[in-house]
Amino acid sequence: MKRILAFLPIVIAVILGGFLLWGLNPDRDPNEIPSVLISQPVPAFDLPPVEGLDTPGLSSADLAENDGSAPIVVNVFASWCVPCRAEHAVLTRMVREDGIRLMGINYKDKPQDARNWLADLGNPYERIGSDLDGRAGIEWGISGVPETFVIDGAGTVVFRFVGPVLGDEAIGKLRTALEQARQNGAGETS
Amino acid sequence: MIRRVLIAALTLAALLSQPAFAVEPDEMLDDPVLEERARAISKQVRCVVCQNQDIDSSNAGVARDLRNLVRERLVAGDTDQEVLDFLVARYGDYVLFKPPFKPSTYILWAAPFVILAIGGIAIALVLAQNARRYRNAARQSPETPVKEPNS
Repeated sequence: MKRILAFLPIVIAVILGGFLLWGLNPDRDPNEIPSVLISQPVPAFDLPPVEGLDTPGLSSADLAENDGSAPIVVNVFASWCVPCRAEHAVLTRMVREDGIRLMGINYKDKPQDARNWLADLGNPYERIGSDLDGRAGIEWGISGVPETFVIDGAGTVVFRFVGPVLGDEAIGKLRTALEQARQNGAGETS
Repeated sequence: MIRRVLIAALTLAALLSQPAFAVEPDEMLDDPVLEERARAISKQVRCVVCQNQDIDSSNAGVARDLRNLVRERLVAGDTDQEVLDFLVARYGDYVLFKPPFKPSTYILWAAPFVILAIGGIAIALVLAQNARRYRNAARQSPETPVKEPNS
């Protein structure tokens, strides 16, 4: 009994040390909010198109109806969001090279500003829903703009990325998620 | 005299002033009971942008949206718990300042008591050991008085 007790401080020190080591990990972001949407069907929402834009609006049904051949990426953006501008180029390239279907949620943006922004930078989006009051944003549980989601063929959310998809690490994460969405296939529902 | 008036004026100004609120008048509900419930719920909900602020005191856009949403749900007849569940379904337990008591948080809630118990047991063991040593020493040398530890 005494011998075991003598080791107790060491055991406690090792456990505490391990915990502190975990806390020191530079890759761990304590501000990261885990998403409840992962492995869940896309949330219910129905957004009209951006006023004066030819691109159709976006609803949950558009995301659920997918044959699984090309994963859907849902990108929340706004013209007032500066990092979105940089991210736009990355997403445009991914539409061209990675064979994704890009859907947009235009978050709390004036239609006029959104139109100018898209005319200026190009419009890689297949559909864009205009979320003027931010209610669809709440359904998606977003905390800011930009945010990016990957949806598989069954209409299930497989990945969420907070912030602009910029740099090799972020793009790598997104590509991994796209691969996963492709592997999930079309699902039973479609 | 002027000084006294000045002090009185300043005191009065300080007493009359109100702290700034994030909740704007146009957000408030007409029904004071519902509004009271909305405020109470808002104080338990974390602003997802500013993270360590509740939505009741945050000026962030999302916080305002969530405040309006809370009021909307209450007007629609939701109970307080239903409103909180609605938010948790979208933002996760993270949105609550007080984490719920469930299997994944048992350690979180139990840890302080477990650590307290370990400490208590350790103290009890040490004290018991000391007492035993003291008694043994007294038995072994009954002629010489046992030296008090602090003398």
